[in-house]
Amino acid sequence: MITKTVDSVSEALQGVKDNMMMMLGGFGLSGIPENAIAHLVKLNVKGLTCISNNAGVDDFGLGLLLQKKQIKKMISSYVGENAEFERQMLSGELDVELIPQGTLAERCRAAQAGFPAIYTPAGYGTEVAQGKETREFDGKMYVLEHAFKADFAFIKAWKGDTAGNLIFKGTARNFNPVMCGAATVTVAEVEELLPAGELDPNQIHIPGVFVQRIFEGKNYEKRIEQRTVRKR
Amino acid sequence: MLDKNGIAKRIAREVKDGFYVNLGIGIPTLVANYVRDDIEVEFQSENGVLGMGPFPFEGEEDADIINAGKQTITTLKGASFFDSALSFSMIRGQHVDLTILGAMEVAENGDIANWKIPGKMVKGMGGAMDLVASAENIIVAMMHTNRAGQSKLLKRCTLPLTGVGCVTKIVTNLAVLEVTENGFKLLERAPGVTVDEIKAATEGKLEIPDEVPEMILA
Repeated sequence: MITKTVDSVSEALQGVKDNMMMMLGGFGLSGIPENAIAHLVKLNVKGLTCISNNAGVDDFGLGLLLQKKQIKKMISSYVGENAEFERQMLSGELDVELIPQGTLAERCRAAQAGFPAIYTPAGYGTEVAQGKETREFDGKMYVLEHAFKADFAFIKAWKGDTAGNLIFKGTARNFNPVMCGAATVTVAEVEELLPAGELDPNQIHIPGVFVQRIFEGKNYEKRIEQRTVRKR
Repeated sequence: MLDKNGIAKRIAREVKDGFYVNLGIGIPTLVANYVRDDIEVEFQSENGVLGMGPFPFEGEEDADIINAGKQTITTLKGASFFDSALSFSMIRGQHVDLTILGAMEVAENGDIANWKIPGKMVKGMGGAMDLVASAENIIVAMMHTNRAGQSKLLKRCTLPLTGVGCVTKIVTNLAVLEVTENGFKLLERAPGVTVDEIKAATEGKLEIPDEVPEMILA
C-alpha cells in the first residue's frame, strides 16, 4: 500500500523555497490550510507568488504572510477586507493579478487534468482579455487561459487517510479539490487522519493519487468572516 | 420610487417555479426574502452550494458552511456542496436559470460595468465575469442614478467592463427595462414615477411604448 503520511507540518513543507509559486485552497477564511500558512510564516520564505481566491484578512489566513512581506504577487479573484493588502498593493510593493473566479478554478483544474490551456467566455471584451488569444466557437467569443504551473499546492480537507484520499466538508471544499495535483507537490492537511481502509471508497472526493503528502493539522481556528444569524 | 427592498420585491416576480438562481451581493441577496412560498426554487452560491437556506440560528453557525459573501448560512433539503470548478461549470454551462446582480453602469447595448473604478482600491471581479459571460438570463438590480444624480443607464459604459452585450433586463428604483437592439425598452414604471422622470434619468437610448404600466409588487 502506498503511504503519503508525513509526521509533521515541517516535513510536509520540505523543499519550500523563496520565489516559489504556491496554490492555496480556501474561500475567504473557509477551508484554508491554516497549518501550512502558519509554517510558511515560520519558515519566512520570501518572494512568493500565491494563487488563492482571496488574500485572507489582516491578522489571519494569507494576511499573516502579507504582514511579513513574504508575498511578491497575488493571483486572486477578490481581495477585499484586508487593509495591509491594500496598502502594499497601492504602494506597488505587491503585484496583484485579478482574474475571474471561474477562470481561477479552471486554470487550476487544467493543470490537474493535463490541459495546457482552456477557452472561457469569462472576461471577453474586458481588460482581463487584453493581450490574450481569443477565438470564436459557434458564434460566441472565448479567451484562451493557460494552466497554472505551481510548485506547491496547500490543501485543507476534513478527513483523509494514509493513502492520501480526501473528503471535504461543506463549502470548505471550494478550491481545494481543483488544486490537488495541480502543482509539483500537493500537501494536504486534514482535521482527522485515518488509517487507509477506514474511509468508504464511495465517499472519497479526491483520490490519493493527486496528493504527495498528508498530515493531521492542529489547532484549527476556523474563523468566521461574516457571522450572520437569525433570531429563534 | 422604490427602495432597495422594493427593487428586490419586483425582481422576485421574475423567479419562476423550478429555477436555479444565483444571487449577487447587495440588493440581489434581498430577492430571496420575497420569492413566493408556493414555488420551488434553489439558490446557488458560487463558492460551492446549491440549495441555500436562511441564516443559521444563533449558536448554530458553522465556519464550513458559508455563502459567496462569506456569511454563515444553512442548507435546505436537497442541497449539495461542490468544488469551485463544478460551481462554475453550472454557471458557464448554463445550468443556472437566472443570475441577478448589481451594477455601477449598464449600457444600451447590454454591456455591464460593476467591478472596478479606476483610481480606487480594486477588490476584484469575483465570479461576476464568469456569470455575465455565460448566463442566458441576467437581471441587473440597481439604482437608476448614482449619488450625484447621474444616470447609470448609459449609451456606453465609462468604467472598465465586466462583460459585453450580456444584460437582458434591469430593475431600478424607477423602472423595469429590457435591453433590445434599440436600446433600453421601458416596460414598467415604479409606483408614483412618471415616464418623463424615467426619461430624464436615462442617458442611453430609451424606447417608450404607448402604454407603460405601473409595476405590480405584491
